[in-house]
Amino acid sequence: MTLLQVRDLAVEFSTAEGLVRAVKGVDFDVERGRTLGIVGESGSGKSVTSLAVMGLHRGAEVTGSVDFDGTELIGAPDETVRRLRGRRMAMIFQDALTALHPYFTIGDQIAEAHREHFGSSRRTAWARAVEVLGDVGIPEPARRAGEYPHQFSGGMRQRAMIALALSCEPELIIADEPTTALDVTVQAQVLDLLMKLKEERGLGIIMITHDLGVIARVADDVLVMYGGSAVEQADADALFTAPRHPYTRGLLDSLPRLDAGGAQGEEAALRAIPGSPPSLLSPPAGCAFHPRCPLYAAAPQAACTDARPPLVQVAPSGHRSACVHPEVASPC
Amino acid sequence: MTAVLQTGEPVELTESQERLSPWTLTWRRLRRDKAALFGLGLIAFFVLAALLAPVLTGISGHGPADTDGKAIDPYLGGLPRGSLGGMSPSHWLGVEPMLGRDIFARLLYGAQVSLLVAFSAAVLITAIGVLLGSLAGYFGGRVDAVISRFMDVMMSFPSLIFMIALLSVVKDANRVLLLILVMTLFTWPYIARVIRGQTISLRHREYIEAARASGTGSVRILLTEILPNLTGTIIVYLTLAIPNLIGAEAGLTYLGVGVRPPTPSWGQMISDSVLYYKVDPMFFVLPCACLFLLVLAFTLLGDALRDALDPKGGRG
Amino acid sequence: MIGYLVRRLLGIAGTLLVICAITFVIFYLLPTDPAVMFCGKDCPPDRVAQVRQQMGLNAPLVVQFARYVLAIFAGRTMGTGQYVVHCGFPCFGYSFQSGAPVWDLIMNRLPTSVSLAIGAAVVWVLLGLGVGVVSALRKNSWVDRTLMVATIGAAAVPVYFTAMILLYVVVVLLGWLPFPSYVAFTSDPVGWVQNLILPWITLALATAAMYARMTRSSVIETLAEPFVRTARAKGLCERKVVGKHGLRPALTAVATMLGMDLGSLLAGAMITESLFSLPGVGKLFADSLHKADQPVVMGITLLASFFIVTSNLVVDLLYAWIDPRARLS
Repeated sequence: MTLLQVRDLAVEFSTAEGLVRAVKGVDFDVERGRTLGIVGESGSGKSVTSLAVMGLHRGAEVTGSVDFDGTELIGAPDETVRRLRGRRMAMIFQDALTALHPYFTIGDQIAEAHREHFGSSRRTAWARAVEVLGDVGIPEPARRAGEYPHQFSGGMRQRAMIALALSCEPELIIADEPTTALDVTVQAQVLDLLMKLKEERGLGIIMITHDLGVIARVADDVLVMYGGSAVEQADADALFTAPRHPYTRGLLDSLPRLDAGGAQGEEAALRAIPGSPPSLLSPPAGCAFHPRCPLYAAAPQAACTDARPPLVQVAPSGHRSACVHPEVASPC
Repeated sequence: MTAVLQTGEPVELTESQERLSPWTLTWRRLRRDKAALFGLGLIAFFVLAALLAPVLTGISGHGPADTDGKAIDPYLGGLPRGSLGGMSPSHWLGVEPMLGRDIFARLLYGAQVSLLVAFSAAVLITAIGVLLGSLAGYFGGRVDAVISRFMDVMMSFPSLIFMIALLSVVKDANRVLLLILVMTLFTWPYIARVIRGQTISLRHREYIEAARASGTGSVRILLTEILPNLTGTIIVYLTLAIPNLIGAEAGLTYLGVGVRPPTPSWGQMISDSVLYYKVDPMFFVLPCACLFLLVLAFTLLGDALRDALDPKGGRG
Repeated sequence: MIGYLVRRLLGIAGTLLVICAITFVIFYLLPTDPAVMFCGKDCPPDRVAQVRQQMGLNAPLVVQFARYVLAIFAGRTMGTGQYVVHCGFPCFGYSFQSGAPVWDLIMNRLPTSVSLAIGAAVVWVLLGLGVGVVSALRKNSWVDRTLMVATIGAAAVPVYFTAMILLYVVVVLLGWLPFPSYVAFTSDPVGWVQNLILPWITLALATAAMYARMTRSSVIETLAEPFVRTARAKGLCERKVVGKHGLRPALTAVATMLGMDLGSLLAGAMITESLFSLPGVGKLFADSLHKADQPVVMGITLLASFFIVTSNLVVDLLYAWIDPRARLS
């Protein structure tokens, strides 16, 4: 059975300036032992999506369906979702320094979750905290469990954050930009750790990032989001070798490539996507990307501005793209 | 403009917003805030009343020091004749017991003193606080150490006790000026500390570093780069310091060390009227009401200004 | 930690010495002659000279100051011949007015002031925190809006008015309570509360309003912190999320504020003491000032400064105890 099945998920919240439709109907599945990468710029709705899945969207209106291993979470009693949260699905946040409580020791914070879900004794919970800290590769876990977050280095803190998420042996882990705040070498270590844990424990992982490099490294499936909707969905190989949506192509073109020297060196200079991300308050009509789209600029079409193009299958093996130019093949 | 969901991820909304100067934006927010307008109106009312005191008392026909023996009843221990503390077409807000001085006139002239003391002290406090605070924050090191230590010592003083002591030691001086100076002396460290903190965080911004790297002089950076960025904070603190100063002036005068008779002042009226609060409540209520309204007005305006200048804080 | 404490204590001693010196200079400049004050109005000039000699007023200012400071710790023997008096530690000298030791005079009044200060602090903390937390948790509801309007109003009400209205309604009109006068807690706890409750409310009202507003914004700010979201993500129940992870940091800020306010309250409740005719330290100060009773004024000033600086130290230590980041590494 699919671990997580999200259908037509939409999140809206009202601000002083008006209604913001942060997520406009997103579908995706997460299987055990696989990693779904959600990639997009800030404001694309990727983080809001993950919070909505966890039931952490406060003050926002969430519609659609989130089915976690047979349990529907949207509209479920708060208590039902709370008992799953931290227990069967856990979250890793971006900046561990602010996401961990400054007043409590790392060990306390991990033990607290264990006590909450298993009603375990102080001693058992603490032992479990030390154990997971060891699992995530923190040296001398018994001593470091008694330290406070500010006494940890950035990489160690992120490991502690992961240990916190793992403490109750969840089946699904949502990692929201878990490595953005880290140095490149530490980034690699943390990603490797997550992948190792996925293999060993058969976890389902949602990896949220703006960094295609991270996606390339860890994701099995990829969902590209733009302006609150999914614009392309494919398995990682297909996405990187044959991107179908102009936004995805733009993203890939803006990446530096080590293998792109030599013959085509000059052509392969970095290309940025022109313009800036859309306003969520008054998004562009039709395809949210059309104001920045090179295809639209070259040949404007009414279909681009009339309605939001649906996500349609463009290749076998479930490669889907939301562009009115489905015939566009990758030039890469 | 960014809207922050619980995620802490900023959602860019810039495109739809017109580009406005921060001051226009502040004024627009302020204009929509009823409490701020109410406060502003009250302040304008009191300032006008104080400025026009000679004209208004000319119309009402009684000066602040004029006694009116006919308005009080010697057989009732000098209480005002008539109801409501002697309110009449002649004395619009009644008269004081014993001397029969016109309360309307004394409130007007009392407003002059209150506002004069509070405004002057607020301006002085801000000037000194901003000067020393920004110097300490900008230069750091030894300058900061000296100024900060000085502020620490000043804030360790039991300020009320010292104000009273200083005010009572100096016998022959302009009381109003003395009050302003003494209140300034013990209040400036509070704003200086805030300004120092803000300057320190500004100093490390890229554009300040850039200005310094390109050889701009320290004084110039302070005046053209740092000071403009502190304006919001300064205005808010200035506005919120005023009600405290008004209250402090009234308190010191109430305790008998502030403004001396015959200069009329609200604190002194309250001090005189406390004895009569049961038999002549209007005499007591009127100066209290003025004090309440003026303090309320500045608090409302200050709060609204803070929200308008920093929409993320406070309101949440 | 020890080094830090020693440094702080030295700093405190320095600050107090500076304050002491400034006070000393201010009162040295007083136009009234302490010898005349001590001796009395109809004192013959030769007797005044004698008193001046005995009091050591002929010595240079610096010497007088040094003697004063030394005497606080080491005690002091004053006068000559049969007029010798010795005042032991802590010696702040004798009142010009009554001849009683300053320390005893202050200690007589201290219980009143301490009762007033502590009771008022309890009232404003309960009221301020309660209102602030309720407002923050019901942010932007009608409850929140009503409470916040009330706090702005309460903060602006002059203390004189609060005091008189309370006296009029509770004492005169309803006759529920006697007119306040100080009753020692040890002799009659119930009477202590009955007599002091009105002064407490008077003194606490405006501060409570301020604390309520501060608590509200502090709680709102903390509840928006990422670590609170983490606590929710762990699946903790809302009571623990708010109570343990949210309120604790929010209230630290309030606690530090409380320390400072308490420190300045010892002699800072002068208006309330005078409104209710309570014989506290503030009243003693005002009276002594009127009569140019320099030793008493000096003593009270020093004691008040001492309370302020020590409460600042206590607050810093408390902060370090609560927030591990503030601990010295």
